[in-house]
Amino acid sequence: MKKRWDQVGWNEVKRIKWKEIGWYLLVIMITIPFIFPLIWIIAAAFKTQAQIVASPPIWIFKPTLNNFKSVFMEQDFARFLWNSSVVAVASTVLSLLLGLPAAYSISRYKQQTLGVFILVARLMPGISFLMPWYILFSKIRMVDTFSALIASHMLVALPLIVWIMINYFDGLPRELEESARVDGCSIQTAFLRILLPISGPGIITATTLSFLFSWNNFMFSLVLSTHRTKTLPIAIYNFVSYAEVSWGNVMAAAVVIITPAIILTMIFQRYVIKGLTVGAVKG
Amino acid sequence: MKGVRLIKAAPAFTEVITLSAKKPFRVNQLIEKNIKWLFPLPTGLFIFLMMIFPVLYTFYVSLTDWDMISGGRISFIGLDNYVNLLKEPRFFNSIKLTLYFTIMAVGIEVVLGVAIALILNRDFRGKNLVKLILLLPMVATPVAIGLAWTLFYEPTIGLGNYALKLLGLPASQWLGSSKMVIPSLALVDIWEWTPMITLIVLAGLASLPQEAFEAALVDGATPLQIIRDVTLPLLRPTILIALVLRCIDALKTFDIIYVMTTGGPGFASETLNIYAYNLSFNYFRFGAASAALVALFTLVLACNLLVLWMRKTYEL
Repeated sequence: MKKRWDQVGWNEVKRIKWKEIGWYLLVIMITIPFIFPLIWIIAAAFKTQAQIVASPPIWIFKPTLNNFKSVFMEQDFARFLWNSSVVAVASTVLSLLLGLPAAYSISRYKQQTLGVFILVARLMPGISFLMPWYILFSKIRMVDTFSALIASHMLVALPLIVWIMINYFDGLPRELEESARVDGCSIQTAFLRILLPISGPGIITATTLSFLFSWNNFMFSLVLSTHRTKTLPIAIYNFVSYAEVSWGNVMAAAVVIITPAIILTMIFQRYVIKGLTVGAVKG
Repeated sequence: MKGVRLIKAAPAFTEVITLSAKKPFRVNQLIEKNIKWLFPLPTGLFIFLMMIFPVLYTFYVSLTDWDMISGGRISFIGLDNYVNLLKEPRFFNSIKLTLYFTIMAVGIEVVLGVAIALILNRDFRGKNLVKLILLLPMVATPVAIGLAWTLFYEPTIGLGNYALKLLGLPASQWLGSSKMVIPSLALVDIWEWTPMITLIVLAGLASLPQEAFEAALVDGATPLQIIRDVTLPLLRPTILIALVLRCIDALKTFDIIYVMTTGGPGFASETLNIYAYNLSFNYFRFGAASAALVALFTLVLACNLLVLWMRKTYEL
């Protein structure tokens, strides 16, 4: 029987479970520092220069699209978007083509040394390859080509994909391929027709992470691309290299760069988490 | 689950066998016999071309005096570059700064990350949303993040000093101060990667055996005691792995440092990575740069082999 609001006594108030509210407040307090900078970036992208540099900071303002207009029309951002996409997709696809069979072989035949060999590439700092790459690619006139850039991104994507897929293949039962082989099917066909189709989750994880890291890559493009193949991270960095920084433009560019990554993460959240924590947790 | 999978794959078998029959039988046989090295071959070849060969080339260049000035005339000077490197204060400065940055950033990340994971370790409405929010700092492009934080750290117009003012603290030069620059950079790294530790630990917590906790509760342990004596010891392998993984990546930090300070002010934030980059692409002293790179490479490789050996011996 529902009571009127002035009939509610202290007992009902206690039942609101203050502990729960307190806990949720704690969760909010934990989450805010991580999302606040991103919200600020998005807000600043819609502000004018004067509004951004105002102190104390302005929280309520009228949004403007000028920064985005400037970024796309004056700075040719669409081309950089295209470049980044081409490099990310190509390096991911090629790394999958090379890495999936390799991961399968290492997983099924326990080729430990080969595995370590490939994984060492992931552990080494990129700068240690960048200098020889620059020299070698310059000698064959391949600086500022897509091939050089894609190859460099592959050196990051390939070990990552192999690492994730080895872990994934290790978890798949061998009975499937064995029954296929008993029925007269060759190993490679068993791999192609039986194992791969059920490797969806692992492949999605590997693909998403590989794409993300290529999209975000800065160091390789910094050295290996100049005009033709300039990617987004370089483009946004160039905004700040001049004396007068238009923060609105920088923030708008940041929004353009980060948005695809965020969307990808929202769709494949489960897989991204799996990929980032793989190998870190036993059993 | 296994039975279901087998049944689902069954229709593919007949299709598979007909397919095998269509292909030239000898090629198929050849592939199958050699599959052990045929499958990994393209990958191995690629890694050799893009990694092993460049490294060997770097080693070779480190024994020459090649730089922009000498142009075409390169001469073999043996270990001179290494000797000069050891005499170079900037080299040791960069190692010191790299360690300072890594220890500060990873240390705080692990403590914070574990604490947050312990708090979040229960089912609640919006848990997936929280996990998503935690993912964002990790997947957002570091260059963009670095530039945004540069604005944040701007002494006059940035939110950083505004926040300090609200708290009654003195304003800081942040990235402009040689004392504060590494902590400022570390803060960005902490913001970016604490979620990684949290997510790893959360996954680890989910796989812990429940009996230990039930036993502790039966014995009347308080939550704090449970955390200290049951949870944390059980989590030790997971935390160690997270710590090691993060350390390896933190040593390689380049993007945010380059974009925010390029090693400045002066050389106050010039980590080994940045120093090697400057030598190669700012001064174009390829011989000297190669020596620094070989040093960096050896250092990181040694650390990683050490870690791999530790994992093997301690069964992490």
